[in-house]
Amino acid sequence: MDDSLSAPSAAGDPPAAGPPSPIAHPLAGPSGPSGPSGPHPLAGHGRSPLRIPVRVRAGFLIPAAVILLGIIIWPAVDSIWLSLHNHDGSKWVGLHNYKTLFSDQATLKALKNNVIWVVCAPTIACALGLMFALLSEKIRWSTAFKAVIFMPMAISFLAAGVIFELVYQQDPNQGVANAVAVGIHDTFAPSSKYPGAHPRTDTAKPAAAGSFTSVKTYTAGSVVQLPLVGIQAAKLPGKAAQAAAPSAAPAPDQIEGTVWLDIIYGGGGTPNHIDTGKKGMPGISVKAIDTATGKSAGSASAHNDGTFTIKGLKPGAGYALEIPASNFAQPYRGIQWLGPSLVTPAIIASYLWIWAGFAMVLIAAGLASIPRELQEAARVDGANERQIFRRITVPLLAPVLLVVLVTQIINVLKVFDLVYVIAPGSTLPDANVLAVHMWSVSFGGGQDQGLGSAIGVFLYILVLPAMYFNIRRLRTEKKEGR
Amino acid sequence: MSVTRPVAVPGQVPLGTRVAKRLTGGALYIIVLVVGVIWLIPTLGLFISSFRKASDITGSGWWTVFTHPAQLTFKDYTDVFSNKGIIQSLWNTVLITVPATALVVLLGSLAAYAFAWIDFRGRDWLFVVVVGLMVVPIQVALLPVAALYRNLHIFGSIVGVVLFHVGFGLPFAIYLLRNFFAAIPRELLEATRMEGGSEWTIFRKVIVPLGLPAIASLAIFQFLWVWNDLLVALVFSNAKTQPLTVALQSNMRQFGSNIDILAPGAFLSLSVPLVVFFAFQRYFVQGLMAGSVKG
Repeated sequence: MDDSLSAPSAAGDPPAAGPPSPIAHPLAGPSGPSGPSGPHPLAGHGRSPLRIPVRVRAGFLIPAAVILLGIIIWPAVDSIWLSLHNHDGSKWVGLHNYKTLFSDQATLKALKNNVIWVVCAPTIACALGLMFALLSEKIRWSTAFKAVIFMPMAISFLAAGVIFELVYQQDPNQGVANAVAVGIHDTFAPSSKYPGAHPRTDTAKPAAAGSFTSVKTYTAGSVVQLPLVGIQAAKLPGKAAQAAAPSAAPAPDQIEGTVWLDIIYGGGGTPNHIDTGKKGMPGISVKAIDTATGKSAGSASAHNDGTFTIKGLKPGAGYALEIPASNFAQPYRGIQWLGPSLVTPAIIASYLWIWAGFAMVLIAAGLASIPRELQEAARVDGANERQIFRRITVPLLAPVLLVVLVTQIINVLKVFDLVYVIAPGSTLPDANVLAVHMWSVSFGGGQDQGLGSAIGVFLYILVLPAMYFNIRRLRTEKKEGR
Repeated sequence: MSVTRPVAVPGQVPLGTRVAKRLTGGALYIIVLVVGVIWLIPTLGLFISSFRKASDITGSGWWTVFTHPAQLTFKDYTDVFSNKGIIQSLWNTVLITVPATALVVLLGSLAAYAFAWIDFRGRDWLFVVVVGLMVVPIQVALLPVAALYRNLHIFGSIVGVVLFHVGFGLPFAIYLLRNFFAAIPRELLEATRMEGGSEWTIFRKVIVPLGLPAIASLAIFQFLWVWNDLLVALVFSNAKTQPLTVALQSNMRQFGSNIDILAPGAFLSLSVPLVVFFAFQRYFVQGLMAGSVKG
């Protein structure tokens, strides 16, 4: 690439020359130097024949050099030394800490979670970024859309942690994720209306799996009374009306009855008697079980006044009445997002919320810079849109996708804040990752310098390929630049 | 953010138009709307929660304010602003962020100028080292630097936190600025030199004014990184010097009972970066883009 492209012609020009993504900056982890065809960082600039006194050069470089030596270079070397010693650095233990790294259960769990993170998070972030970039090219208010997706990048992981702790609250009346989950669940499988209600033991006895069966057997054509207790009168639905007695003489192939809440709000009344003030329990379903066969012969659900009629029975046959468990089941409480099994995926989702915008912006820029002539030429040659996307767009976009992917992998290896902030104390061991574990064993109570350093060095080794990748590209560009 | 598209050839048909051609306009807008809403809802939830009493937050969802607007109150904010610990930590955040940003910009530009325009032995090799340092994970430095700080008696002080941020901000700063400075036309430097200007004059009068866009990008990123940091401050600050992120984090374990501090505190913590983001979006995205994607 021509250097003139990166030369600022005026003070207001964008810095076209190439750093890696600045997001990828120390903590986040740089993706590497410039992009695929960025500038040539070592290209022959600045070769002006200057005779500058040593102390002047020193004045420019030394402050930065001292800090880099003291804060990064020497500590990185010292960490290797510490990792070969015991917890307080007093005794040489060789590679013992590295053996612990691969044998200790807690550390292995952290390592395993890091693998899950590295496999899932960068690829999904890339996929979402590509999808959003394609979408945003199509719509009119793409600027607003991009800003919305990109905004979480400015937010601290701590604030994001608070935000997602709220989202993932277990109580569906607090956490929006479970509110949605319960809403969807109840649409397809409505929850019971009377959780915790039950008949008195003299009218019905508990049967299998939370349902109740009447103590007596009723013949078709008779009348049944099923008083229930166990819930507050205030919990009845608004449509519940004063309970009414069933009609005195049902048809010979029917059983009629009443299900009511045998409690008067405020007290009073006689047990097992339909007093004024006692209300029916609309919607409760009642089944008639043929005592001869043990099979269900019919069912009905109660009206607002609690009356029900089960039709189509055999005249004279005996039936037990069953109130199925579905009337009393506790409501669906949503998903345990931060429980042991889902805590890592839940935190990865919050990570994607933050980083999809990063991928989107880089990929959108990559899409915009693909030369149209190539696609037009392919179209003229009769290629269809899918072929153009697969054969031209994706290959030309590959370098950008690689940059995004590498940046994200480095990021994810070092992920700390989100896990540390979101995972509740009880499931932190299930959500653990190396960076969090390093903090715990070194500062958060473990006070084991040796193991802590070993984890730090191990993380360092994991990002070394990226360092090599960066430097090699720098060298290549330098060569090409000359 | 359209300004950030590097090569905008006029008259070209955006690729997405064709890729998404099969989606009818309506369906496309519905998808975009749904995605946008999903992305906004978490932040909206925090924002609304910060205006509700703790008992309301733990009793019902934040969305109930749409039917019960009477729940909205400034009480959490007045409580947080009269909470000495939180105010102290907010002030600490400023005391850490401002010098850490200023120092990285200053030391980074000086070194970047040297790498770009001053010839010295081993320059290319040293620059390779700087590029290599950009990926060093901070975990590898925490323990040795903590020991160093204890010896220097600055463990737990704001100076220590600032120095660590400066150290890990510098490699990227030097890399970003050097590439930008190197592209400044040589004639401008020579002219100043002919007039008898010293290196320091050239730096002040030519490099800094012309390099301002890159310096702005760097300053914004360093500012956001330091303001949002949790780990460095968690290790190197103490109860008196901790920034807002650490102060809030200590309330996370009892999330339910501390929600009246956490919600407004977290919103306070993210409002400053958000303002910076929207005010300087151009530099933010330019910095992000710079060189990493050129097709």
